[in-house]
Amino acid sequence: MGVKQSFFLALKSLATSKVRALLTMLGIIIGVAAVIIIISLGDGMQKLMSDSFEELGANLIQVSVQSSGSSREVSMDDMYDLVEKNPKYLSAVSPYITVSSASARTPGDTFTPYSVVGVSEAYDEIRALTVEQGRFLQYVDVLRSQKVCVVGSYISKEYYNGSALGKTLGLSGYNYTIVGVLSESAESRKGSADDLVIIPYTNAQQLNSALGSSGSPSSTMMSGGILTGVGMDTYMFSGTSKDTASTSRGVIENFLDKVYGDDQKYMVITSAEMLDMMNTMMDTMMVVLVAIAGISLLVGGIGIMNIMLVSVSERTREIGIRKSLGAKRRDIRGQFIIEAGTTSAIGGVIGIVLGIALAKVAGTLIDGLMNSGSTQFTAVVSIQSVALAFGVSVGVGILFGYLPANKAAKLNPIDALRYE
Amino acid sequence: MGHLIEFQQVYKIYQMGDTQVHALDGVNFAIDKGEFVAIVGQSGSGKSTAMNIIGCLDVPTSGRYFLGGVDVSTMDDDQQAVIRNKMLGFIFQQYNLIPKLNVLENVELPLLYGGVPQRERRERALSALDRVGLADKYKNRPNQLSGGQQQRVSIARALAGNPSVILADEPTGALDSHTSREVLSFLKKLNREGDTVVLITHDNSIAVRARRIIRLQDGQIIYDGDASDPQAVVQPRMDDDEDDDLCGEVGD
Repeated sequence: MGVKQSFFLALKSLATSKVRALLTMLGIIIGVAAVIIIISLGDGMQKLMSDSFEELGANLIQVSVQSSGSSREVSMDDMYDLVEKNPKYLSAVSPYITVSSASARTPGDTFTPYSVVGVSEAYDEIRALTVEQGRFLQYVDVLRSQKVCVVGSYISKEYYNGSALGKTLGLSGYNYTIVGVLSESAESRKGSADDLVIIPYTNAQQLNSALGSSGSPSSTMMSGGILTGVGMDTYMFSGTSKDTASTSRGVIENFLDKVYGDDQKYMVITSAEMLDMMNTMMDTMMVVLVAIAGISLLVGGIGIMNIMLVSVSERTREIGIRKSLGAKRRDIRGQFIIEAGTTSAIGGVIGIVLGIALAKVAGTLIDGLMNSGSTQFTAVVSIQSVALAFGVSVGVGILFGYLPANKAAKLNPIDALRYE
Repeated sequence: MGHLIEFQQVYKIYQMGDTQVHALDGVNFAIDKGEFVAIVGQSGSGKSTAMNIIGCLDVPTSGRYFLGGVDVSTMDDDQQAVIRNKMLGFIFQQYNLIPKLNVLENVELPLLYGGVPQRERRERALSALDRVGLADKYKNRPNQLSGGQQQRVSIARALAGNPSVILADEPTGALDSHTSREVLSFLKKLNREGDTVVLITHDNSIAVRARRIIRLQDGQIIYDGDASDPQAVVQPRMDDDEDDDLCGEVGD
């Protein structure tokens, strides 16, 4: 008997008892949907993380060193020297000075930008920023502490109707000329990476000392993916490539270790390594979660086995008739296995559709809750996860259909024919 | 050319607790191609066991059974399935049609298991239905047909595989006398057209419609000869105690 016939016969017998079929499939539906949701959200999380790191710059190396409360210090010049001496591993460096509680004033408005940072002219290269209008900071701006700034697209759009170039922006009483507008990176949302003012780091140092401290954050915190804190100086290096990230880190650590002789006083983080680490963590977590979801697939499989055993009993006479007409064991076995496989495959398809729908809804909800601004969270439904879920559901059906099918195949035709 | 069906010293022994029941107790007979034979006996006589063995649904405990010159008494399940498919056509008392398949699909079943391609399968099934006069009902479900019509469908199913032997087990047991006559005349017609028919029944009035009668009692043949011989229909003596239905009756 052909597979096609068995398949249509299976569909027919499912159609004749819809409620039973649905209940039988329920375990598979729930299991498959759970697997799809977990994988989609996990992939979405991974994409979000790699997007965030991508935004930071894939070759970014963040260095934080203790600046106060230590007799030894490193200066900006030491960092420049380090880059010059290691052209194979490091390509640029910029300080990263957060100006806290900076209020900004436009000719008609006062507001607080999400972040105001002081950096060097190399920062655009390090962070892979692109300037849409005007230019980025230049060496001379930094050297002479010129009152110039580059703003993110959100500020340009929100406060200058998109034509911020050449206008002035007041920062803590000083007027800064806007010399550049960055291109949009996060849909120009408030509180995103587009809600940003960049000034020369020399100016930032002055602003911070004018404000009386190096910043108000009470402890180490992540701000836009950048680690900052009280009494910490932060530097951004750019490594030459992702592959040499760990060597680049080594070069910087060696230098800092010579200066401080204490690895508690500095911290070096590379984007590439951190991303790897987080991916590994996510992968492990997902394996665990999928395994848990897999339990419901197992339960679903047992449900199928149960109903197939009932079905074999109910159809004993039919099996006898088929055998008397020349059906071999494998014909009968095939018929029941295909029936079990079809049941679970249909359950799998329903579960996949349900899973994708729920994953999308959950993705939207999570994105709303996180309101992270800079990057968006979406559930990523991959072909692989769908194929895996479908394959596993069919496999479960066949696996758990085998026992009942084999029972049917081994029935003695005389007994089966006599069965009432 | 040997016999189509040949039993040589066939025994079928069931163990019932401590006692052995000889359902068939050294049975010898042969049936040639083109014969119309009725195997008759009371319940417990062994006729159902004989029918199971002839139909390759069971194997003898000892002795040999040749079907078409081949010893089928030691075959396994799947080998027997092939023999059933190629050489035997069953007609059962309860018709044994599959309710969720339509008439055509039911008749196609033996061809399906015989690996006949779809187009040919359909043609042969339709021509078998035509022979029993039900070609126009091919799309109906079995439960939309009368008992007589269902039995004709099962005859068509038996014919579709073009078997060497048509094995009818109490084919009129569930039918009224008028329809029974119809079915029996149809079996006779098939026999006239060259088919070998073996009829299993407990009913003398039906048995005499065959050309030859083999009467079984207590697992042994007590008469084997022409159906028109008055000896053929002599009721054997009854032993109530031993007359339990030990070997069972297929289709009951």
